[in-house]
Amino acid sequence: MVSLRLEALGARYGRTDVFSGISTRPIEGGRLTALIGPNAAGKSTLLKRIAGLLKGEGAVHVSGADVLERSICYMPQDTGGNAVLTVYESVLLAAKQGGSWTVSEDNLVEIDQTLASLGITDLAFRDLGAISGGQRQLVAIAQALVRKPKILLMDEPTSALDLFRQIEVLHYMHELARKTGIAVIIALHDLNHVMRYCDQTIIVAGGRLVTDGPTAEIITADMLRDVYRVKARVETCTQGRPMIVVDGTA
Amino acid sequence: MASAVTPSSTVEARQRYRALTARRLLLLVVLFSCLLLSVAVDMALGPARYSLNEVIAAVLSPSSVNGQLRVIIWELRMPTALMAVTVGACLSLAGAEMQTILANPLASPFTLGISAAAGFGAALGLVAGVAILPAAIEYMVPINAFLMAMTASLFIYGVSTMRGVTVETIVLLGIALVFTFNALLALLQYLATEQALTAVVFWTMGSLTKATWGKVAVTAIILVAVVPFFARNAWALTALRLGDDKAASFGVNVRRLRLQTMMLVSVLAAIPVSFVGTIGFIGLVGPHIARMLVGEDQRFFLPGAAVCGALMLSATSVVSKMLVPGAILPIGIITSLVGVPFFFSLIFTNRKKAW
Repeated sequence: MVSLRLEALGARYGRTDVFSGISTRPIEGGRLTALIGPNAAGKSTLLKRIAGLLKGEGAVHVSGADVLERSICYMPQDTGGNAVLTVYESVLLAAKQGGSWTVSEDNLVEIDQTLASLGITDLAFRDLGAISGGQRQLVAIAQALVRKPKILLMDEPTSALDLFRQIEVLHYMHELARKTGIAVIIALHDLNHVMRYCDQTIIVAGGRLVTDGPTAEIITADMLRDVYRVKARVETCTQGRPMIVVDGTA
Repeated sequence: MASAVTPSSTVEARQRYRALTARRLLLLVVLFSCLLLSVAVDMALGPARYSLNEVIAAVLSPSSVNGQLRVIIWELRMPTALMAVTVGACLSLAGAEMQTILANPLASPFTLGISAAAGFGAALGLVAGVAILPAAIEYMVPINAFLMAMTASLFIYGVSTMRGVTVETIVLLGIALVFTFNALLALLQYLATEQALTAVVFWTMGSLTKATWGKVAVTAIILVAVVPFFARNAWALTALRLGDDKAASFGVNVRRLRLQTMMLVSVLAAIPVSFVGTIGFIGLVGPHIARMLVGEDQRFFLPGAAVCGALMLSATSVVSKMLVPGAILPIGIITSLVGVPFFFSLIFTNRKKAW
């Protein structure tokens, strides 16, 4: 199974350090790992740095996957672009990068299965510009999944989705990781989702690692006060799951 | 996750994609057939009118037709007709890739200042007798135009290699170049003799009348040299239209691809402009028409843009001969006059998004 570990990782834009010295415990495949922190903590930049899209100090140690091939896939927050392409073509495009012009039946079966797994087959022949932000986010997830990565880095993949779709996507990703053994690092803002679906969590703030470890152990009232500046409690709901109740700003 | 989707609907999706592909291929074949027809009609029209049969016989079997027809077709009309094809294809392809890499629907050799720079280069030769490359004084005007166009292109290319420069900056810079070169051109026109002024005005209107087999060959060679690069990077270029971050996440080296494409597009735009003068409309609108017809998958968009550009210029050449028989109106004027209503009608009747 794939596993990765960050060692003294850093990145800068121009002369400004976005983050530095980020080292983590091994991030294992088969589970979801949350990447959390307040705005401008450097979460997106850290994901891009892990994906190799940015250069900087430190190293990403990967075992169980070839880093040079398309094992790492970064799914950006921006679902953007206004290309005159259908949803189907845009997912095919993700699958065919670096490949030949010809599209085989196997390619098409893959696209069909990916769209079906996310429940968006009915969008297949809609233009990208004609679908909603939430639907675009689902298409972006399809584009990432069709590349069959071993390490998937998702930057706020549920930010434009309604509550039902958020739960559906996170549940699906959790199951996908469990069944296929891929490592998924997912930047999220909703900490209740993090507590429910992510086994491990990495917390960053101000360009530094705050802590990393099992989610249930590191999301505490103290952490919420220190990192997020909110007064909050971690309670247990009637179904026995931990949940955060926010009382106000700290 | 959710899947109320039945296997039959996924099979249907595959079939729909295959049908979409087939429809686009058919469209390309139809466009190409129209292009062949247009070229044939273009060769049939002129002071001496020939039937299409005579033209086809002269092209396919030159020895079977009389000497006069053979000379008129092969020495006079075919270079001009083919020049319309190669120049139209070059300009439209250049515009298509400029729009792709700069993510801007207004990008074209005309709007980025390459045509204006060429116009200034030509005017330098026509008005001031300045040959930028004194060794080739005989070809002073096209060489001046080419060198100025390449200077403008390389300037834009140079700026785009600088870190932190956005595509918006490049487009703004191009527009600034248009104003700069137009001002310099106006200054030369102000200082020009009446005869030189006429020559400059005629040059800037664009014309195919000075086509030769040599010029046709050069523009064709440029096409043959550049197209394989675009073809090899078709998936990556299409991915650029989803945004830089998304393309990078697909494994595309965005910066390298953008710079390489910019370099090739510069040559693709500069050479035809230096031969035929300012033909502004093709590079801007050819790609838009292709996009509306076959979408932005570059496997279809590339040939679509090339054929649309070639067909537009060839058809314009036909129209300019038919409007005033015996006289050949500057093609740059007719291109816009004929093209704009056609383009408007496509925008208003086509429910698909144009950008």
